[in-house]
Amino acid sequence: MARVGVVSFPGSNCERETLRAFASIAGVSAMPLWHKDELLPDDLDLIVLPGGFSYGDYLRAGAIARFSPLMAAIVEFAHAGGYVLGICNGFQVLTEAGLLPGALIRNRDLRFISRTVPVRVENTGTPWTWRCEPGQVLQIPIAHAEGNWVHHAADAERIAEAGQVVLRYCTADGQVDDSGNPNGSLHAAAGIVNSGANVFGLMPHPERVADERLLGGDGLPLIESIIDWIHHHGEES
Amino acid sequence: MRCRVLVELRPDILDPQGKAVLRALHVLGYDEVRDARIGKVVTLELDGRDRAQLEARVRELSAALLANPVIENFDVEWPA
Repeated sequence: MARVGVVSFPGSNCERETLRAFASIAGVSAMPLWHKDELLPDDLDLIVLPGGFSYGDYLRAGAIARFSPLMAAIVEFAHAGGYVLGICNGFQVLTEAGLLPGALIRNRDLRFISRTVPVRVENTGTPWTWRCEPGQVLQIPIAHAEGNWVHHAADAERIAEAGQVVLRYCTADGQVDDSGNPNGSLHAAAGIVNSGANVFGLMPHPERVADERLLGGDGLPLIESIIDWIHHHGEES
Repeated sequence: MRCRVLVELRPDILDPQGKAVLRALHVLGYDEVRDARIGKVVTLELDGRDRAQLEARVRELSAALLANPVIENFDVEWPA
């Protein structure tokens, strides 16, 4: 059994679909986690920070949630090599917590964007994408106003060179260019991993398309990748 | 004691809001404005009288929470 915990912060609103998406995969036990707890359950394999508006995005999106009591244990879990996934607001929390590089700022065109966009898999050598094809285009919904990934140019270059930009926004036929970049993210980054590739943050919502009946289910390759990886590489329990 | 923490975007970070404000200023005819960048002011009311100690604490909390060091710098003003 792969044990998956999905954290709720005040203002998180995607935790139910996220729990459901993981629970729908065979061999997964998915459980909710509460941000105020100080301890994680035993033997977790994967922790997910879901989408939403934790603390109303006050000050900066994710800036306050990163100080929730449970985050200390999550940071320790990540430093020990545990798998942590941040979706949308979860991605923002992970950058604020320093578990992922860069920052998410206001979209280039300043508007909240809610639509399904194509993203291209750039690196299939991670636990999050090993079940994908190189260059595979996935259609996944985004819904955010602060999804513009930025970093200092030299750092962003280094991260891209290292293959840490795992998903890029693209056109429907897989071209990475300005027209395919909805929010202005540097390197058209839609999803990135840390240097150890055990922490993954992405702005698109794979849990919203985790069923073939939902726009073809393009969230499944990502969700199944990490669950398969956990099953193949030894679970905690 | 009161202080103001000014949080500004680091110069190499793109500021879409600043650009929008600049465009609006130009539409209004203020062509002499070359650039605009949006920051934040956080006004803090503090207990205590030891200014040096408070300054150190405010710098600490500003770095920890008020400013994201990846994208922002901060400055602290102590009105006389």
